[in-house]
Amino acid sequence: MADLLALDFMRQALVAALLAGLAAPLVGTFLVQRRMSLIGDGMGHVALAGVAVGILTGTQPVLTALVAAVAAGVAIELIRASGRTSGDVALAVMFYGGIALGVVLIARSSAGSPANLTAYLFGAILTTSSGDLVVLATLAVVVLVTTLVLRPRFFAVANDEEYARSAGMPVMAYNLVLAVLTAVTVVVSMRVVGLLLISALMIVPNATAQLVARSFAASVRWAVLVGVLSSVGGVLISYEAETPSGGTIVLVTIAVFLLVSAAAAVRRRVRRAAHAHAERHDHEHGRDCGHPALEHGDHLDYLHDGHRHAAHEGHYDEHGERAEVERR
Amino acid sequence: MPVTGSAAPAPAAPSDAPLVELHGASFGYEDRPVVSGVDLTVRHGEVVALLGPNGSGKTTLVRGLLGLTEHLGGEVRLLGTPREQFREHTRIGYVPQRHSLSASVRATVTEIVAVGRLPHRPWWRPAGAADRDVVAGAIEAVGLGDRAEEEVAALSGGQQRRVLIARALAGRPDLLVMDEPTAGVDRASQHALAGVLATLAAGGTSMLVVTHELDALEDVVTRIVCLDSGHVDFDGAPDAYRAHVVAGAHDPGSGHHHDHEDHTGPAVPRGLGDGPLDPGRVVPRG
Repeated sequence: MADLLALDFMRQALVAALLAGLAAPLVGTFLVQRRMSLIGDGMGHVALAGVAVGILTGTQPVLTALVAAVAAGVAIELIRASGRTSGDVALAVMFYGGIALGVVLIARSSAGSPANLTAYLFGAILTTSSGDLVVLATLAVVVLVTTLVLRPRFFAVANDEEYARSAGMPVMAYNLVLAVLTAVTVVVSMRVVGLLLISALMIVPNATAQLVARSFAASVRWAVLVGVLSSVGGVLISYEAETPSGGTIVLVTIAVFLLVSAAAAVRRRVRRAAHAHAERHDHEHGRDCGHPALEHGDHLDYLHDGHRHAAHEGHYDEHGERAEVERR
Repeated sequence: MPVTGSAAPAPAAPSDAPLVELHGASFGYEDRPVVSGVDLTVRHGEVVALLGPNGSGKTTLVRGLLGLTEHLGGEVRLLGTPREQFREHTRIGYVPQRHSLSASVRATVTEIVAVGRLPHRPWWRPAGAADRDVVAGAIEAVGLGDRAEEEVAALSGGQQRRVLIARALAGRPDLLVMDEPTAGVDRASQHALAGVLATLAAGGTSMLVVTHELDALEDVVTRIVCLDSGHVDFDGAPDAYRAHVVAGAHDPGSGHHHDHEDHTGPAVPRGLGDGPLDPGRVVPRG
C-alpha cells in the first residue's frame, strides 16, 4: 500500500476515485427515488459530444463536457416537465445524437485515436492529470455541499411532487438543481469509470443500500459507504490485476450488491421462520387503545387477552403469553 | 388520543375571513373546465364533507384550491386572499389520495412527516428542535407515536393515510384538505382514522374532506356539500342531507349519495320533482 501511494499517478487516481465514489451514489439516491435511474447514462452520452468539442478546439475536455452535460440535464428536466408523450423519444434522439456526434468528432480530430475514445467511454483513471484533479475536486465539493444542504428538499420533491407543489415549494427549481448536480457528477466520474459506466456507480450502491437500510438517512449513508469502498477498492484491484479501472469498479459494486442481497435473503428467511401471526382483529393497538403496553426489546407489545401482540408490517405478531412476561 | 399542544393547528386568524370562499369558480385542465360555477364557503371550525359520484369533479375542485389544477374563472379566495396572490401555503394542509406510500426508496414515518415542516424554514436551514417537536406531536396526533421510526412501507394502508395526515398537520395548517382519506382502507384502520379526525375536529381543526364513505365520518362532519357533473347540487347540514336522501327514495342506510347511478350510461328518464336532488334543492347558504 505504501509503495502504491508513493506513485504520483496512483495517489491522483485514488483521490479521483474517492471523489467519484462519494458524489455519484449521493446524487444517485434521488435519481433512484424519482425512478430516473438511467438518466445519468443519457447525460454521459451527451457529455461525449462535449469531450469531442474540447479535443477539437484544444480546450480542456472536462470543461466542454461539463457544458454539454449541464445543457442535457436542463433539457431532460424541461422535456420531462412538459409531460408530453413524445418526451421519451426526444430524450432518445438527444442521447444517441450526443454519443454519435462525439464518436464522429473525436475520429476527425488530430488527437483522435481509438485509445482516446475508449479512455473517455470506459474510464482511464491512471491518465488523470493534476490539473484535471483540481477541477474535479472543486466540482465534487460543490456537489457534496449542495446535495447535503438541499437533501430534505430533494427528498420532499422526489417523494411527493404534488404535495411539494401544494405546499408552495419551487419544485421545478429543485428538479433543475438536481439535474445540474447529476451532470456535474457525470463529469466528475468521467475519468474514473467512463461515460458509459457512470450510471452504475450512481445506481448500484443505492440498490445495495436499499437492502440494508431502514430509513432514508441510513440508506444515503450506506450508499456512499458502498460507493467509496467500491471505487477505491476497484482502483486498487485494477492496478494489481492490470484491468481497466472503470469496468473493475463497476464489477466490484455489483459483487457487493449480489453478496448483500444473498445475505438479506437468508436473513429474511430466518426471520420469517421465527415469527407467528396473532389472530386477526378489527382493533388497532396504539398508545391509548386500552391494552397495556409492555416494552419488548426495541418495540412495544400490547397485552391482548393474555397474549402479547406486536405490530409487524400490516398485521400483529404473537410475542408470547402473559406468564412468560411475568417470568422475565 | 389527545392532541398534543404542539400538533394542534395554529389558532384561528384574527380576521374572520372564511378559510375558503368560491364564487362562480371553475377549475379544470387547459381550458376544459371540469367543475364550473361553484359557490362554496368554508369557515373556521367547520368539517365539510364533499360528496359526489366518480367523475363529478370533487378532486379537481380541491386540487384547484391548492393550485394543482388550473383556475379557469370565477372568484377564489383562501383566508381572504385571492388564490393568485396566496403565498401562505402552509396554512392549508393537503392530504392527497394515495393508495400506498411505498416509494422506490425506504423512508420512515418521521422522515415523511418532517417534509410538512420544510416550507416553514428557508432552504439552507436544517431542522431545529422546535421542528422535531412539531413533527413528533403530529405523529402522536394521528396515533402512530409508537411507530414513528418504522418504515412507511411496513404500515397498513390506513396507517399510511394517517402518515399523510400527520405530514399535513406538521405544517400547522388552518384547514386540512383531504382527498378520500378512508377509501380502500380496512375496517380497523377506518375506525382509527375516524377517531383521529374526530379528535382533530374536537380540537378545532377545520377540514374539507372529499369522500365516498360518509358512514365512517358521520360523527365528525358538520356540513355536507354534494357535487354532481361539476356543479354543487346540495349544501347543508347532515340532518338536512339525510332527509334529502330519504325523500329521494334512496336507501338511507347506505350513506352513499347516488354513487350507484351510472352517469356514463344512457340517461334514465325521471319524473320531474322526484329526483334525489329536488327536495333539498333550495338550501340556505352561509
